[in-house]
Amino acid sequence: MTPMRNVFLRSIASVFLFLFFAATLQAQDLASFEKRTTVKKLPNGLTVVIVERPEAPVFSFYTHVDAGAAQEVLGITGLAHMFEHMAFKGTDKIGTRDYAAEKVALAKVEVAYAAYLKENLKETGRDPKKLAELEKAWKDAVAAANQYVKPNEFSQIIESQGGVGINAFTNWDETGYFYSFPENRLELWAYLESERFLHPVMREFYKERDVVYEERRLRTDSSPQGRLIEQFLGSAYFAHPYGRPVVGYPSDLRAFSATDALNFYHKYYVPANIVITVVGDLKASEAMPVIEKYFGRIPAAPAPEPLRTSEPPQRATREAILHEHSQPLYIEGYHRPDFRDPDDAVYDVLSDLLSKGRTSRLYRSLVRDKQIAVAAEGGSFPGSKYPSLFYFFAVPSEGHPAKEMEKPIHDEIEHLKTQDVSDEELQSVKTRAKADLIRGLADNQGLASQLGTAQARYGDWRELFRDIDRIEHVTKADIRRVANKTFSDENRTIAMIETEQPQAPAAADKGAQQ
Amino acid sequence: MTKTCRISAFLLLLACSLSLSMAQTTAKKPSSGKPEKTSSSNANGATSWKQIPIPPLHQFHPQEPKRVELPNGLIVFLQEDHELPLIDGTFRIRGGSRDESADKTGLMDIYSEVWRTGGTKSKTGDQLDDELEMKAARVETFDGADSTFLSWSSLKEDFDQVLPAVLDILENPEFRQEKIDLAKQEVASFISRRNDDVNQIAQRESTRLAYGADNPYARIAEYDTVAAITRDDLVKWHKRTVAPNNMILGVTGDFDAAVMERKLRDMFGKLPQGEPFPKSQISFHDPTPGIYFIEKDDVNQSAIEIVDLGIERRNPDFYAVEVMNELFGGGFSSRLVSNIRTKEGLAYSVGGGVGAAYDHPGVLRISMGTKSGSTAAAIDALNKQIADLVNGGVKEEEIHKAKDSILNSFIFSFDSKEKVLGERMSYEFYGYPQDSLERYRAGIEKVTPEDVNRVAKKYVHPEKLAVLVVGNARDFDRDLATFGKVTPIDIRIPAPKKATENSR
Repeated sequence: MTPMRNVFLRSIASVFLFLFFAATLQAQDLASFEKRTTVKKLPNGLTVVIVERPEAPVFSFYTHVDAGAAQEVLGITGLAHMFEHMAFKGTDKIGTRDYAAEKVALAKVEVAYAAYLKENLKETGRDPKKLAELEKAWKDAVAAANQYVKPNEFSQIIESQGGVGINAFTNWDETGYFYSFPENRLELWAYLESERFLHPVMREFYKERDVVYEERRLRTDSSPQGRLIEQFLGSAYFAHPYGRPVVGYPSDLRAFSATDALNFYHKYYVPANIVITVVGDLKASEAMPVIEKYFGRIPAAPAPEPLRTSEPPQRATREAILHEHSQPLYIEGYHRPDFRDPDDAVYDVLSDLLSKGRTSRLYRSLVRDKQIAVAAEGGSFPGSKYPSLFYFFAVPSEGHPAKEMEKPIHDEIEHLKTQDVSDEELQSVKTRAKADLIRGLADNQGLASQLGTAQARYGDWRELFRDIDRIEHVTKADIRRVANKTFSDENRTIAMIETEQPQAPAAADKGAQQ
Repeated sequence: MTKTCRISAFLLLLACSLSLSMAQTTAKKPSSGKPEKTSSSNANGATSWKQIPIPPLHQFHPQEPKRVELPNGLIVFLQEDHELPLIDGTFRIRGGSRDESADKTGLMDIYSEVWRTGGTKSKTGDQLDDELEMKAARVETFDGADSTFLSWSSLKEDFDQVLPAVLDILENPEFRQEKIDLAKQEVASFISRRNDDVNQIAQRESTRLAYGADNPYARIAEYDTVAAITRDDLVKWHKRTVAPNNMILGVTGDFDAAVMERKLRDMFGKLPQGEPFPKSQISFHDPTPGIYFIEKDDVNQSAIEIVDLGIERRNPDFYAVEVMNELFGGGFSSRLVSNIRTKEGLAYSVGGGVGAAYDHPGVLRISMGTKSGSTAAAIDALNKQIADLVNGGVKEEEIHKAKDSILNSFIFSFDSKEKVLGERMSYEFYGYPQDSLERYRAGIEKVTPEDVNRVAKKYVHPEKLAVLVVGNARDFDRDLATFGKVTPIDIRIPAPKKATENSR
């Protein structure tokens, strides 16, 4: 059709325009950040990144700890996330009425809990009466320790001092802490943030464990998608911790102790494992000494040993089918290498090509043309530090079973393997990658986490911008090669929800929807 | 909620990391520019955070956008922001889902999707997609309860090519039938999925309890109401609403305001005026108090929602209510979080307060999730917190902390040029004074403990609340009947009437 040709011509013209424009743009951005960014590795090994962005008298920070659920072993799954929660419980000076007494009381809690747990985990000869006594002794010890607690004082200080967006997250790769403050609270922030990693106190640990268990119920147990993803990852990985839930298995959430959490902290929360990034209305020359003064107090310690286990090659298609009352969902994944692999950017391009916007291949095929799905996407998950998965996910339209997603997804994969993407399509992906990078630069918190993550991963925040160079160099041949290398039958894990019965028998007209 | 939101709700699950909290603390409102007491300290010697000096905040005068009114009634706000080479804009147009007719509920969902995907007279939506994405530009339409939106984001260099596309979509949408069919199918799919997630059910049904199921702020699309929507409805809606005197345009980015003003005058100054969109006439009634229940057998956590009507922001008590909300259920150190989450370990997510909306009552909402086996204990705990708030009064110290929290974080209401623009556009749209932000700060500063105690009694009525529980009754710690008569809510999805008569 004629309109189509027009589009074509115009887009070729804009390709040239863009190649030129985007290259300058990116150089400008990097140059602008070079001028405003200061990095310092403190003598204890902790890295500080400061970005001056004096748009308004505020700043945001992001503390990146290079430890996540992948650092856990069986028996303590969920502990990285649990410690993240505990990092809001205060210190030996904040959150306590009398730390000397509280410390003694908390030590007693651990002794009592260890005795209770030992009895509770006995495979034979567990004595219910003794168990009840030990449980009571543990709970009494908790009650005794709780009398010293000032609940949530740590968060309360931050909030009353004007902190916003107070939160933290844990995934398989890392743990992150962040919020924003008015710029005149920089020193207060440096004090609070360093203290919580200098003198964490495991107060109210077992109540917080209940809170975390509620989080598991919310996100995993009581959510069809949560159940699907847990089964999917469990099927895709035999050995590597990416196969285990970040929130932890129920058994471990009922077992691990404050002592376990402190052990994890001592091993992984060492300065060499931490990058602090601060972005906003501050001058590096003034802020760095303040930050160094406080964070420099954290004692140096050896970096933890790297993870030993890697996933053995998959040799057969795996499939997990969940029979649920809810509507169908479909996901499949293929093992892919980690972020240091030379093909990392090719996977980024694949993800964009398949998923981004209304021109993306999965949208056009499954949603627009075949009309069998209301949403479809592909990308990398669950992590990037270690070999991860490239997944395809689809939300079927009403009346279409999950299984029906499989063939059209495989058709799209076949297409990637056998036919080159067009120049326009590839260029469009590259252009969008650049534009999206720019769109992400106007926000203190977003900048702090992006730059901090790049600094932690690559040892250089500039890699955030160089990602774009890597994407720029991806060729049509790369895409075919990587598709052929990755998307094979034996490398595939499928998980889906098949709807077992209608949600509920219909109201007025018997059969209801389906 | 727009469709994109609903889709991304599905896709977001893959961004799987665990957060400390569900609700991000919302930006509140300024930090005093005034100096606070300072004292000296050194890091090693600091025995209390109170010893850390807090210097005066840097002087800051947020840049105000330029307001221009075109002869045809279009109001334009121009906010220069030269940090990045982007130009973004949004039209806000009066009329939204609260104004659609009940028998066509879902009209705005379909309209706001097909307005964009259905293309224009000269270009299909797919052609627009190709052209725009090649430039990494976005032009999107979406809807809300009281307005529809047309917004764009483009690199500065492409602005002169993207703007005509925006005008074309504004003036000449085609609403092609194939895209209407696709959008209807999508909405039908969302209807079929709406009972899968326990929190989605709780949120939706509690809003229906608060406002009444037929209230335009609460009603929901059904197969039949969606099937009844025709292309003619979309065309008519567009004609009725898209007139310059019913619209506000905000533009921000790397441009010169004078040049931009000329461009926009040329481009949009000729749009013909239309009938002013009428003010909506919606009546509000208190919910019927009591305990309501929805069975969901595939969960081990109950969702609890306690609701009533809230207030309007114009209400002079708004500031006292804001302080009350902050100390009751606002942040991590609020009463609800401290008592129910931290001390009792009964919940991961708990919070709430008396909601306020610009031009109609918001919803008083207290939400919580707890394991099935502590459902009744959780309701007891919430009831106790509510009773304590109303009868027990608040401590002066709590008020101080809540006010500090709001005032010290006030700066975050206008810490970007885009936020300032957004605030100004909202005030314009709802007819609020342009200095509302400053009034907010002054209003909060004046709040006294007596005010908070008074508004707690005035707006929180324990005996008038509707309590909704969605969960797995088999595992409850106590029969809900112990709280009073339980009213079950039927959430089964009404099957469509005969398909044939509908599609056309």
